[in-house]
Amino acid sequence: MTNMIKTENVRFEYNTQSGSTSLALDDISINIAKGEFVAILGHNGSGKSTLAKHFNALLLPGAGTVYVKGMNTKDEKLLWNIRQTAGMVFQNPDNQIVATIVEEDVAFGPENLGIEPAEIRKRVDGSIKTVDMAEYAKHSPHLLSGGQKQRVAIAGIIAMKPECIILDEPTALLDPIGRREVMNTIIKLNKEEGITIVLITHYMDEAIQADRIYVMKNGKIILEGKPKDIFKEVETVKNAGLDVPQVTELCHRLSREGLKLSPDILTVEEMVVELCRLK
Amino acid sequence: MIKDITIGQYIPGDTIIHNLDPRIKIIITFVFITLLFFVGNYFSYLYIIAFMGLAIVLSKISPKFIIRGLKPLIVIIALTVILNVFMTQGEVIYRIWRLSITREGLYQAGFMGLRLIFLITGASLLTLTTSPIALTDGIEKLLSPLKRIGVPAHELAMMMTIALRFIPTLLEETDKIMKAQMARGADFETGNLINRARAMVPLLVPLFISAFRRADELALAMEARCYRGGEKRTRMKQLKLEFRDYGGMLITAAVCFLVIWSR
Amino acid sequence: MPVKVENLTHVYMKDSVFEHVAIDNISFEIQDGEFIGIIGHTGSGKSTLIQHLNGLLKPSSGKVFIDGEELGSKEVQMKKIRQKVGLVFQYPEQQLFEETVYKDVAFGPRNLGLSEDEVEERVRKAIELVGLDFNSISSVSPFELSGGQKRRVAIAGVLAMEPKVLILDEPAAGLDPRGRDEILRGFKTLHETQKITVLLVSHSMEDIANLVDKVLVMNRGKIAFFDTPRNVFKEADALEKIGLGVPQVTYLVRELRKKGFSVADCINIDEAKNELLKLFKR
Repeated sequence: MTNMIKTENVRFEYNTQSGSTSLALDDISINIAKGEFVAILGHNGSGKSTLAKHFNALLLPGAGTVYVKGMNTKDEKLLWNIRQTAGMVFQNPDNQIVATIVEEDVAFGPENLGIEPAEIRKRVDGSIKTVDMAEYAKHSPHLLSGGQKQRVAIAGIIAMKPECIILDEPTALLDPIGRREVMNTIIKLNKEEGITIVLITHYMDEAIQADRIYVMKNGKIILEGKPKDIFKEVETVKNAGLDVPQVTELCHRLSREGLKLSPDILTVEEMVVELCRLK
Repeated sequence: MIKDITIGQYIPGDTIIHNLDPRIKIIITFVFITLLFFVGNYFSYLYIIAFMGLAIVLSKISPKFIIRGLKPLIVIIALTVILNVFMTQGEVIYRIWRLSITREGLYQAGFMGLRLIFLITGASLLTLTTSPIALTDGIEKLLSPLKRIGVPAHELAMMMTIALRFIPTLLEETDKIMKAQMARGADFETGNLINRARAMVPLLVPLFISAFRRADELALAMEARCYRGGEKRTRMKQLKLEFRDYGGMLITAAVCFLVIWSR
Repeated sequence: MPVKVENLTHVYMKDSVFEHVAIDNISFEIQDGEFIGIIGHTGSGKSTLIQHLNGLLKPSSGKVFIDGEELGSKEVQMKKIRQKVGLVFQYPEQQLFEETVYKDVAFGPRNLGLSEDEVEERVRKAIELVGLDFNSISSVSPFELSGGQKRRVAIAGVLAMEPKVLILDEPAAGLDPRGRDEILRGFKTLHETQKITVLLVSHSMEDIANLVDKVLVMNRGKIAFFDTPRNVFKEADALEKIGLGVPQVTYLVRELRKKGFSVADCINIDEAKNELLKLFKR
């Protein structure tokens, strides 16, 4: 398996306004393989967004090293290569759309890469189609819904043909419908286009859809594993200021009352099967 | 009220006017505005009206919309007309108190009023039919010969694009913050000038903070999308003159000729 | 009865191509001290509705009464209505503007023209109601606080008006699960101790199930349901059709019934736990 993103003992400190420093990342070593869909789950201020900004050299580690497809992010010569390989989608869709027409915004990245106009056209049309925004190609972004704007932002990244997309809380400002649209798009990119996905989030229902999850708390990785393995640690997850699915918690509480239920239930369907077995 | 201003708004469309090369459209608009000052008599306005009318019809933009665009500027137009009516010397046809209306005044007022109306209509037609980004593209291209003497054409164009992109966002935000402060008993509407200016603080401070935060995030997002200034940058849409552009120039030239000839 | 809405209709940009009916002839009443949830997908008219309740928007037709007084009638002072009906917008921290927390929270009371002593008393009370420590925080700049704290300060700014009715537009948006739970629990306490009427707009069916007495479900500018959460969440199919849902445990009960289990309706984990224990533990 080839590595897409690899960090070795990364530390990062912020300077606070009062002059002291606060440790945002504490000895982070993670490994994300090509083609994987990984979620990084954590409470606000856990350091997850800071970590994400290290994945395309928007931030450089204070200590330790970050590699993107084998490229050290500290190597300035590789900067644009790294940013093209690992695209980034941010939280606020309004603050990452540059142009006043959807398709012109999608073209912004490829234009920066100095790609031939005909090829840009092709990529822009393709990307807009991939995120299901073809009928809005000539629209003005400010009239779109949050979910639609965020999909435009994603199209803008895929037009740069990245191998990996990092999404920094892309749904935090969206309503449930927008969240669903964006999640469906992300899953499609991973499954159909084979793009490596790193999803930063505090929503457990989104993290469940990933192949693998890292849970962060106060700048450290406290759990790592498949969704089923993570959420059976109900107490640990809740202690990290996060949620578990209602059925998982229900299952956990019923087990404590003496019912013999498997601990790794995540969905209603699994719970129904499990209860039928018990009868 | 803010929503009524059509200058700067863009109505997407796929008409010959929309598809004219933005450089040509900008040049035509400038020529047209200059031409307004060469109009010598009412008869010449017929050419202007025909030209304007043709452009509006071809652009398929509802005349209602264009008229609505004039509304916010009605005060300026009215002022111009009134000043001209009363301030022009000549043959007096009516007297109110110390003011006199002259034949020349009426003539002049109508003349100036029409000039202003056409000026505004012309300028708004340009922005109504040209996407802001095409407009900035056009300006960038028209300015690019000046790069050699140090005019930062790309940077200027980028700044304009971003400004245009964020105007609606910031207007929405203004509305929201205003309402939020009104919910806390703020009063933006009454009081004298000083009080009203002071009442703006709770609106302006959050607005500035938000604008700076947006600028910060936007810069980061642009950097993440490999933006590094104008160098080595290509454009998806190349500007290329087409048959319709030459047609547009020809018609404009003809109107210029007619207007100046009929002076 | 503090809130009464009669045949309210609101049309945006009337007589233009953008004409849009946001609220379509709705009527309802809210009793003193009720905790009401408002749900509906984006564009269902929720935001437009709540802005009518303190007169920020004027009805295209219909009437809104607060404490029996009709909004918009000449005798009713808007300032008084806005004091009675506190409205906390989405992401309220964006409206902070003063140098200190104290001054920011005091903005509302000062607009009411209260004496400095009264202002201080209200500010202190409001800051404590949102779970912050008055002495340590009042002279701090609000811009140095964490996201969650900023939001609390902004909410305190509305509470300092001492409203009888408090309207909250997605007060937990953008907060992480712990922050969300803390802030919502705060509103529950506030409702119980201060006896104020609360209207909570939320996208989370779980939160609605846990907090409110009645749910107002909006769809396309009309009221789809207005009933207790238990009754509303019985309508899972109807809710899904309008882009909403029910809590996960409610779905679980529905699926179990399809398999032939006899379980009562549940809207939260505790109820589900008790129901299932009855069924499986002998």
